[in-house]
Amino acid sequence: MPKRTDIQSIMIIGSGPIVIGQASEFDYSGVQACKALRAQGYRIVLVNSNPATIMTDPQFADATYVEPLTVDICAQIIAQERPDALLPTVGGQTALNLAVGLKESGVLDQYGVQLIGASLESIRLAEDRQLFKDTMTEIGLKSPPSVVVSSVEQALNAVRDVTGYPALIRPSFTLGGSGGGVAYNEAELREIVARGIRLSPVGQVLVDKSLLGWKEYELELMRDARGNFVVVCSIENLDPMGVHTGDSITIAPAQTLTDKELQRLRNYSRMIFDRIGITTGGANVQFAINPDDGQVYVIEMNPRVSRSSALASKATGFPIAKIAALLAVGFTLDEITNDITRVTPASFEPSLDYVVVKIPRWDFKKFVGVDQVLGPQMKAVGEVMAIGRTFPEALQKAVRALDIGISGLGSKPEPLPSPLALRIPTAQRLFQVATAIREGISLEEIVEQTRFDPWFVQQMQMTMAIHETILRKNLRLDDLDAHDFRKLKQHGFSDAYIGQLTGEDEMVVRARRLALGVRANFYRVDTCAAEFEAQTPYLYSTYEEGDEAFPTSRPKVMILGGGPNRIGQGIEFDYCCVHACFALSELGYETIMVNCNPETVSTDYDTADRLYFEPLTAEDVLNIIDREKPDGVLVQFGGQTPLNIAHALQASGAPIWGTSVETIDLAEDRRRFNALMRELKITQPQGATANNREEVLAQARAIGYPVLVRPSYVLGGRNMAIIFDEEGLETWLRERVEWTGHPILIDQFLEDAFEVDVDALCDGQRVTIGGIMQHIEEAGIHSGDSACVLPPYKISQYHLDIIRDYTVRIGLGLGVKGLYNIQYAIKDDEVYVLEVNPRASRTVPFVSKATGHPLARYAAQIAAGRTLEDLGFIKEPSIDGFFVKEAVLPFQKFPGVDARLGPEMRSTGEVMGHASSFGHAFVKAQIAANMPIPTRGTACISVNDFDKATVARIARELAALGFHIVATQGTADYLNRVGVQAQRVNKVSEGSPHVLDMLKAGQIHLIINTPLGSQSYEDGAIIRSAAYQAAVPIVTTMSAAMATLQGIKRLLQKPLRVRSLQAHHRPHSP
Amino acid sequence: MSAGVLVLEDGLILQGIGFGAQGVQAGEAVFNTSMTGYQEILTDPSYYRQIVVMTVPHVGNTGINREDMESERVWVSGFVVRALSPIVSNWRQRDSLDGFLREQNVIGLSEIPTRQLVRHLRERGVMRAVVAHGEAAQDTEALLEMAQNFMDMNGANLVDDVTTPEPYHWTEQSDPQWYAQHRYDPNGPLIVAYDFGIKRNILRMMTDRGLRVTVVPARTPATEVLAMKPSGVFLSNGPGDPAAVDYAIDNVRHLLGQVPIFGICLGHQILGLALGGRTEKMRFGHRGGNQPVKNLLTGHVEISAHNHGFAVTQDSDLHGGEVTHINLNDQTIEGLRHPELRAFSVQYHPEASPGPHDSLYLFDEFVRAVQGE
Repeated sequence: MPKRTDIQSIMIIGSGPIVIGQASEFDYSGVQACKALRAQGYRIVLVNSNPATIMTDPQFADATYVEPLTVDICAQIIAQERPDALLPTVGGQTALNLAVGLKESGVLDQYGVQLIGASLESIRLAEDRQLFKDTMTEIGLKSPPSVVVSSVEQALNAVRDVTGYPALIRPSFTLGGSGGGVAYNEAELREIVARGIRLSPVGQVLVDKSLLGWKEYELELMRDARGNFVVVCSIENLDPMGVHTGDSITIAPAQTLTDKELQRLRNYSRMIFDRIGITTGGANVQFAINPDDGQVYVIEMNPRVSRSSALASKATGFPIAKIAALLAVGFTLDEITNDITRVTPASFEPSLDYVVVKIPRWDFKKFVGVDQVLGPQMKAVGEVMAIGRTFPEALQKAVRALDIGISGLGSKPEPLPSPLALRIPTAQRLFQVATAIREGISLEEIVEQTRFDPWFVQQMQMTMAIHETILRKNLRLDDLDAHDFRKLKQHGFSDAYIGQLTGEDEMVVRARRLALGVRANFYRVDTCAAEFEAQTPYLYSTYEEGDEAFPTSRPKVMILGGGPNRIGQGIEFDYCCVHACFALSELGYETIMVNCNPETVSTDYDTADRLYFEPLTAEDVLNIIDREKPDGVLVQFGGQTPLNIAHALQASGAPIWGTSVETIDLAEDRRRFNALMRELKITQPQGATANNREEVLAQARAIGYPVLVRPSYVLGGRNMAIIFDEEGLETWLRERVEWTGHPILIDQFLEDAFEVDVDALCDGQRVTIGGIMQHIEEAGIHSGDSACVLPPYKISQYHLDIIRDYTVRIGLGLGVKGLYNIQYAIKDDEVYVLEVNPRASRTVPFVSKATGHPLARYAAQIAAGRTLEDLGFIKEPSIDGFFVKEAVLPFQKFPGVDARLGPEMRSTGEVMGHASSFGHAFVKAQIAANMPIPTRGTACISVNDFDKATVARIARELAALGFHIVATQGTADYLNRVGVQAQRVNKVSEGSPHVLDMLKAGQIHLIINTPLGSQSYEDGAIIRSAAYQAAVPIVTTMSAAMATLQGIKRLLQKPLRVRSLQAHHRPHSP
Repeated sequence: MSAGVLVLEDGLILQGIGFGAQGVQAGEAVFNTSMTGYQEILTDPSYYRQIVVMTVPHVGNTGINREDMESERVWVSGFVVRALSPIVSNWRQRDSLDGFLREQNVIGLSEIPTRQLVRHLRERGVMRAVVAHGEAAQDTEALLEMAQNFMDMNGANLVDDVTTPEPYHWTEQSDPQWYAQHRYDPNGPLIVAYDFGIKRNILRMMTDRGLRVTVVPARTPATEVLAMKPSGVFLSNGPGDPAAVDYAIDNVRHLLGQVPIFGICLGHQILGLALGGRTEKMRFGHRGGNQPVKNLLTGHVEISAHNHGFAVTQDSDLHGGEVTHINLNDQTIEGLRHPELRAFSVQYHPEASPGPHDSLYLFDEFVRAVQGE
């Protein structure tokens, strides 16, 4: 069937901010859908609240709305844009839920908008757990015994009558299994069920028989309107049932199924598709298989593209989201050409002649107190994928791609207190298995505890046997001949790992290896196991004979990506890499992307001319450089990961373009940087570096408390803290510091200062400021976690002029060639420079969207030798209206973790709100961050003494606006004393009925809570955590409270309006 | 296990590790892109005189079981993989791949750079080759000579070597956990199946659908078949050049119009030849479980299992016959029918095993044809 001509314009909904369970994979799928449908001539209306995404770049849609993803806002957009159709399947669960909301509220019918790619009925059948189970029974398929409940009492009955303990609890309609858990007893059951019911938009949870120990598989599927059906990929989980797929190590293709078993899953999937009524598009089905008798249970189906489908697309070269979008507008699979072969159709099933391993990346260190045991609720913040010809090769590549300082399986000893510890799924379990193998624990025992398939454990044994042989024979580097090297490399051993085993430096190993003629070859991901020639250079390294890189002789630039998403280094850097790529392509360069993150747009084979899906280690990148011989290498766009290897690349002769490695060093080297600032007469907070514990203590004393301390060479403020006294410093040194050779930085902490972020460009001759952002939270909150506003809303012209002047002088003084970011603090009329980062920053996409100037593109062009004058970017853009960026924090996923903000970044994502007034922009950002500001109800206030005067002003205004005020004792007393009526509420420690009871009963609609000092610290932590669990907006700083008040006032005056970026920037763009 | 080597007639020599039996064996080197189903492939008689290279790297993971045999023995001349699994992990396992090939006296090679090999075969076409395991692997010059002197697949009648010596009745059905359809009928319509190298799953698909099946040797004359008063005749898959199986082509010419006929693979080629078409050898053929075949009658695309090195030529004059299926990768003829003569056939493998089950409907069509619908 050809494409539909009865629709002309299509609305696509994105997935909103990056949160655990819904990350940049939906930027990838959204970009693919936008590109594919625009290429077919459709007008695209895109809605997504996440400014860091590539899809929200105005070039990808005809009308781009960076607006909150709510029914009301989308209804306004629909009324304004009048799309003919809505494609809800490429924006994750968020888009699907929103589409259901738009349909059920009548908006779609009112404006005659058709749902394409999914029907309401099929979404309901797939997403409603009980309906889905009933449907499975109806078509003769088994699913785990379970009961849908909507109260704790019903759950208790269900466990007693049907499932028994342990029981698996999963809320309906939530992302990443949010709010789920395994209950081993009644107390746990009560807690998890209550939370799950609250989190489920329909107030339901599923109580399942636990299938702990069963094997888990997933099939990624596509179907067109003719009923043509293909399995794109089979995925096998290393972790057995009980661990969320997003937290599981997974392998593609499935390794331990016979053909009959695989075809059975395929047949079941097809039956499920037919019955659920997925008429077109992609979906996945998850199965559990009993390893003892092959019995199959259907676990669930997602009627949309997903994290797994992004992985499957990267794993196979079959672009699921792109094809799903084309199928949704009427094409059939056989009408679409396979991009890789360019001669065969998309109506086929990819055949893989390699093995793909995905390992999740967790960031538990950021969340003190979080339960680190993996379960049905996803906790990973990112993932890596590696491709190898064999499982051991792929596994070891994936391990080093994680960028956690581990060069291979078993390279870093992971303590294993007892074999029984292997039973507990954690982030360390893979490494504990390596330890268990080294300790001689039998395969049977390891399998018994982990319930990994013995096949995988045996493969790991082979890897560890090589490790052991080298150690046992005490082999030195010179003992290894070419044959040994080849064997090591085919098992995925990195040069660093070999160096560690033989006592040599990684680079010495590399030199020896090259001298022996053992070089990486590159194979193509071709969808067809070499049956047809691959036209698209999508490559991975291996140490087998034959090379298919076939580099060209064109001028070429290599761009290093950011690796796995983690807190502090996420989609913003992928955005920058992708833009660098586009810019260089426009300049006529061949672009070469290197990255190992399957969730990204950068690893779409369609983004760069050539894609190397490889770990971002010096070894792996140098291998590619050896083969490609690029004219330039860009390390400044992918965050800290590529910067960490910049030295090694440069030392090996790689041509680093843009800001030099020396400049990057200068900015990180405290002593040299301070000297430069003194030379430029620029003020800094007092600071020092220290290389050991004693020095740290001495320097802190010299500077005077409070101090801000942090390790150097980290991103996202990892382990950064504000320390008020020596005792606190000792605790921090003990608990948070690993001495890695990089010094500790100690700075004077500027209490109550305003912070400002500046993104600017320098070409060596001239500086142009991209944007000046004011943080809404005061100093002490990590810039990544702080809301910020562009343009600044309360900084004097005097200070702005100083900031501009400093920015110019610093850029030129450092010799930056490209983007840099400076953080300033303003305190007592003095402007201080806190930090300079001569690379693309987290705020670049936000500034680019607010100003309409693609800063990352400019930076790439500067790296390629253009000047700002060439680019015509010589004036700081003026901003029309206000753009507020708000951080999105994962506390809902981590109950029990204190939700207070601090100097260590913990947000996973961001949203943007824009409007002509600050109040509206702020309100939009809060709505988009799922903390909608109430315009009436009860505000609960509990602040420290220092904040009482300020909060009194706020409370007075809130009361005047009709809010009922409740407050904890000290605050209530103060408020009542100054004439603001406030009802007293007990702190938790004062006993019931207390603030938590009110919160749980839904009697509180807004919380203003600042940390109360150490004594009632616990109280504050409980309230903050509970607020996140109950999704009640919580404000933890006075400046944010002021902003909130402004928002409420504005909202009461005037309703929110929406505007596309294209409409916004039209009058200003040339 | 000791050294093993693969020597192609054009001089490419690939060293690896041998497994299975020791010795030397020649065959036509072909590659298969199925990611599962090596046991079915090994025991498919169509691979007779062929050395099969698997593109999927890890092979042997699930071992060997009783059920997944497509015939009573292994037919391949050699089996080449990237990484033989040292252990077996599957609930149905009975034996390891290594042990099975040893018992079957078939040479296996592991640690071969299979992707490089497959690209070589793709570019130059399938060719004669020799596998050697053990001492024989040393003398690559002799092995090269042996490869160059091996028979040519063009013009080779291999059917006589693989067909059953005696007729037999087939009653076994498939296991219902793998296939849903089960209507066994001991008094159902009789099908006489010519065994040119038949796979068991074809027979199971027929018994599952209520057909009574008698398998006869390839050289059984048409008159004898007609004397059995069958309701339909089935022409099976098998190895070698279809044009060389002249007696079968003659028999089919006799049978055409007398009784409904269904052919698969070699059976399809024989039907094509009997209708007056031509066949030709393909450069590297189709072997795998992911081939898109379009049913021109319905417009549907089937993902199908393939194993063929010959095909009915696109310029064939089928004298009233029409093309019903084509391969979307290269437009090869994958199915034909002659409604007047009540005959139809497909080049690919609707019985799958291994491969997707998208094309089982063809067996239902055969049932309908047999029932005169």
